[in-house]
Amino acid sequence: MTGVAGATVAVAATAATTAAGTTTTAAATAATTAAGTTTTTAATAAAAATAATNATNATNLHFGGVVFPGSNCEQDVVYALRFLGHEVSYVWHQDTDLAAYDAVVLPGGFSYGDYLRCGAVARFSPVMDAVSAYAHAGRPVIGICNGFQILTEAHLLPGALLRNFGLKFICESVPLRVEQSVCKWLDLAQGTVLRVPINHNEGNYFCDEATHERLEKNGQIVVRYCNPDGTRDAGGSAPNGAFDDIAGICNERGNVFGLMPHPERVCDGLAGPHATDGVPFFKVIASYVEEVRGA
Amino acid sequence: MKKYRIFVTGKQGIFDPAGKTAQNALDNLGYEGIKDLKIGKFIQMNCDDAVSVEAVTEMCEKLLANPIIEDFRIEEVGA
Amino acid sequence: MSNPNESTPNGSPSSSPAASSPVPSNPVPSNSTAGNSPSINSAAIPAPVADVVETLDAAAAPEIAVQLGLNLEEYENVVATQGRVPTLTELYIYSLMWSEHCSYKHSKKQLRRFSSEGEHVLQGPGENAGVISVGDGWAVAFKMESHNHPSAIEPFEGAATGVGGIIRDIFTMGARPIASLDSLRFGTLDKPRQRYLFDGAVAGIGAYGNCLGVPTIGGEVYFEEAYEGNCLINAMAIGLMREENLTRAVGSGPGNLVVLIGSSTGRDGIGGASVLASQEFDEAAENKRPAVQVGDPFEEKLLIEVCLELLKRGLFVALGDLGAAGLTSSASEMASRGGVGIDIDVRKVPQREDAMQAFEIMVSESQERMLAVVRPDDLSEVKEACERWGVAWAAIGTITDTGRFVVRDSELPAGSDIVADMPAEMLAESAPEYDPFMKRPAYLDEAQGFDLTTLKHPHGVEELNAAFLSVLASPNIASKAWIWRQYDHQVMNNTVVLPGSDAAVLRIGDTGRGEMSTRGIAASTDCNGRYCYLDPYTGAQIALAESARNLACTGAEPAAITDCLNFGNPEKPEVFWTFSEAVRGLADACKFYDIPVISGNVSFYNESFGHAIYPTPVVGIVGLVEDISCVATAAFKQAGDTIILVGETDDELGGSEYLKVVHGLVAGCPPALDLELEGDIQRVVRTAVRQRLVASAHDCSEGGIAVALAESCIAGGIGATVALDDNLPSASSLFSETQSRILVSVTDANVTAFLTLLAEAEVPYSVIGEVGGALLEIEDKLTVSLKDIAHLYNTTLEHQVLTH
Repeated sequence: MTGVAGATVAVAATAATTAAGTTTTAAATAATTAAGTTTTTAATAAAAATAATNATNATNLHFGGVVFPGSNCEQDVVYALRFLGHEVSYVWHQDTDLAAYDAVVLPGGFSYGDYLRCGAVARFSPVMDAVSAYAHAGRPVIGICNGFQILTEAHLLPGALLRNFGLKFICESVPLRVEQSVCKWLDLAQGTVLRVPINHNEGNYFCDEATHERLEKNGQIVVRYCNPDGTRDAGGSAPNGAFDDIAGICNERGNVFGLMPHPERVCDGLAGPHATDGVPFFKVIASYVEEVRGA
Repeated sequence: MKKYRIFVTGKQGIFDPAGKTAQNALDNLGYEGIKDLKIGKFIQMNCDDAVSVEAVTEMCEKLLANPIIEDFRIEEVGA
Repeated sequence: MSNPNESTPNGSPSSSPAASSPVPSNPVPSNSTAGNSPSINSAAIPAPVADVVETLDAAAAPEIAVQLGLNLEEYENVVATQGRVPTLTELYIYSLMWSEHCSYKHSKKQLRRFSSEGEHVLQGPGENAGVISVGDGWAVAFKMESHNHPSAIEPFEGAATGVGGIIRDIFTMGARPIASLDSLRFGTLDKPRQRYLFDGAVAGIGAYGNCLGVPTIGGEVYFEEAYEGNCLINAMAIGLMREENLTRAVGSGPGNLVVLIGSSTGRDGIGGASVLASQEFDEAAENKRPAVQVGDPFEEKLLIEVCLELLKRGLFVALGDLGAAGLTSSASEMASRGGVGIDIDVRKVPQREDAMQAFEIMVSESQERMLAVVRPDDLSEVKEACERWGVAWAAIGTITDTGRFVVRDSELPAGSDIVADMPAEMLAESAPEYDPFMKRPAYLDEAQGFDLTTLKHPHGVEELNAAFLSVLASPNIASKAWIWRQYDHQVMNNTVVLPGSDAAVLRIGDTGRGEMSTRGIAASTDCNGRYCYLDPYTGAQIALAESARNLACTGAEPAAITDCLNFGNPEKPEVFWTFSEAVRGLADACKFYDIPVISGNVSFYNESFGHAIYPTPVVGIVGLVEDISCVATAAFKQAGDTIILVGETDDELGGSEYLKVVHGLVAGCPPALDLELEGDIQRVVRTAVRQRLVASAHDCSEGGIAVALAESCIAGGIGATVALDDNLPSASSLFSETQSRILVSVTDANVTAFLTLLAEAEVPYSVIGEVGGALLEIEDKLTVSLKDIAHLYNTTLEHQVLTH
């Protein structure tokens, strides 16, 4: 489905209409920051992001946002994607038809209460067979937080997410460093530092040595936790103790991307400066989308 | 009726912060000589007689334990 | 037949053995007007044998009633209403509905002082939550509730289920829960048990709220010896809906079905919230552990989704949640409010324990259950939605036109299957109402009369620095980030002002509906128990004033409040006097500012071994933000900004944090409150914020202006240089907790305009200095490095919890 200027979003709720290059009025006004008199308006930044006809990044994609029982960030993801000019539909965990979507999102939350293990039960939902096929066909899938956990439980991404090192839930905006990777979702220079909120109790990424070597060799490590200046401490810079400070990884082909931080929370600039650092995470490369469409 | 007890523990080498914290706490309370403490999960199942240990093994491999990070052991009670 | 653990009014434990019985030995409420009330052991109740258990012997019944918590007069009332000796289930039901926690019998009369009138009020007290309109067709529901007693026994689950319970009160009104706040009190952190309670409660609040996906955006915590035996866990929740979706728990339509949705029913909390909240703690407290409910936030998340969907589709005639006293209170209130009757078969209630008796099913406090009234034609759609969401449901009865609350047990032979038959109105509306004796406490004169000038106060920068650092490092003052970092405070993408400032601000909008606005609401919880101990009338007024002042700092105007009134044993005249005075003070202040009280909660019996907590009337306030692009936060913004104190400092160290930390004293009178001046100052600061004249605004409260300055510096990562020309002794200048003061910083370009506003408002103020540098310098009084105070402020709480 190609994005058409002026296309309306096909979801049940009242939706923000989008067209290439414009942001909705409500979103633009709401996007002014609240921290006082000295900050920039995010509307400008976001408008710049979508208004510029960007040859490499796709706009007006139709995303499918999967909803599991217990997901609680799907509405935020849908809101953020629409804010960025995309069309989004909710996909109930029992639906199995993903053909219509240019990209699929597994949102954050506590699917099945995080009982037993995070994502352990959700990975068996009917939709995950379709997500697996979709992923193996090379089509773009992003798993955020609980979505990342589900992808690892479903073995669509290697490794596992353990309990935070400090045994406490952490909700905090943290610096992340972009690494050189094959990921089709992120198109930023290596070393770029972004501030994105993390919000989890089990974000401590783990994998064995062999897996780690493969991730390094193949360019599958996409973002790492770091210090505000982009450096990393010898003892580790991950607030949750993640191995090798890994915050997000992709599969070998780069189409499946999982990360613990929540980029959808920092797209519209509401919470102040840096509150648009999430925008780059949803910029799937247009040529790639075209390449695999209908695959 | 069959009763199964399943013990799920972290694999060797997986850091166990909960276990470490509990061990430190016991140490602080004055208990000496604890070399190692691991915290895992205990699952108890009451089943029909038809549920075999092979079936339970499959349940563990598929859902109840994550093979990347956990080992499991099954006991059939009264067997 | 009495519990070996109970003490007689003489205080000595009785020694008669409990009769053995298959009935579970869960305590039930005790609230007789005698001194130490006996706790109940239902092992004393006759063994359950079909209808034999329900039929009570006329001679034995009064004693059972007393054991269940009714006094003899109340029992006579029951007999008169029923026209016969009540059944066992009826007695259980009356005893719970007429317990303090459910009936408010000691507080109802006093609570009538509050006004809930207001042009924006859509729903006042009397429903599960209060509701106000906030413009553009949006409405906000909110309420605060206590879960003190269960949390003192099992803090994680107690706090978690406290959050769960208040959230249910919100979505049962048709509102999507959009925020949580928590007001907590514990003993001091040098005690291991207090660290355990604090750590557990914070973890529990986080575990439940985070799983639901409801941001926890604010709250407060205090550590005082007075709360050592009785922690306070007050949970507030806020929800958003379109006005037309407001739903009430009013049963109607005889023939309609009564449908129970959610978790199965077990023996959780049998006599739980109602029991624990209706009596003091004594040695038997540990035995009450089984009475604590365990929460299932995943189930509640599913309930939120299915209920909001079914409400939107118009498939519920009415909806109520099950809280204290479970099905009993929910069903009887629904019938009573609607002037209808209700007929329930307990055997249709999904159960998760074996051999549950009728009364157990009726009073169980199993969590995550809702009660809906559904038209018979709509049942199949309700069923489909519940199955889709994976939520259990059962049609357990019908609405009738008899006005009677009828409970059947279909395991009994037909024709004699009714185990309870009462007028619904008697249960919900006609609970007894008391007018307790009150007496001004003896301690007040001495406490208030303490001469603070007899103390040796610090002089000179070195001594004042040291005093300041110790105040800053008090857990009551230090940064609470350790707490709120454990809470998801951003989910739903509408948090404009995060925790850490004076009040949290949320954008009004629904990401799910894609409807965002540029307007917002602000919320805060406030109460200084120490002030209320020293003067409950003034202390309660200050709770309101401070909550409204916190709103003013963000640019919000107060719309309405909810409250959670925590006190000791109301049967003690001195305690009741403090309750009455606090209510009077709060009511007077609300009336002055025209702020309606739209919901609230009373928690009595917060006493252990005869020691009551400080009178603690917590205010939860919600205000309106016209434009979320002009709100202010507490952090200083840039070097060169001018710092202005709006208001002025008086010599008022009474009840201050400085007095407690440096001198170990809680004495004197709390600061005076001039309601008119307070109102003027709030108004001018709010106006200035809305006109974008303000770079930062922060109210002066505990710790005085020294702490307020430090907090603005630390939050902004920048120092300040000021001079306080208040002609007061140095310690008073720095640490007085004088009311009606707001610390504002203004960029150069806006100074003239701001000062003009102040002059027009005719409020006292002084220009005290400038933002900038790496130090906080208060001329001749304080010189501290920003780096040092930031470290101290930011690490104190974690340090106190983890090490000792």
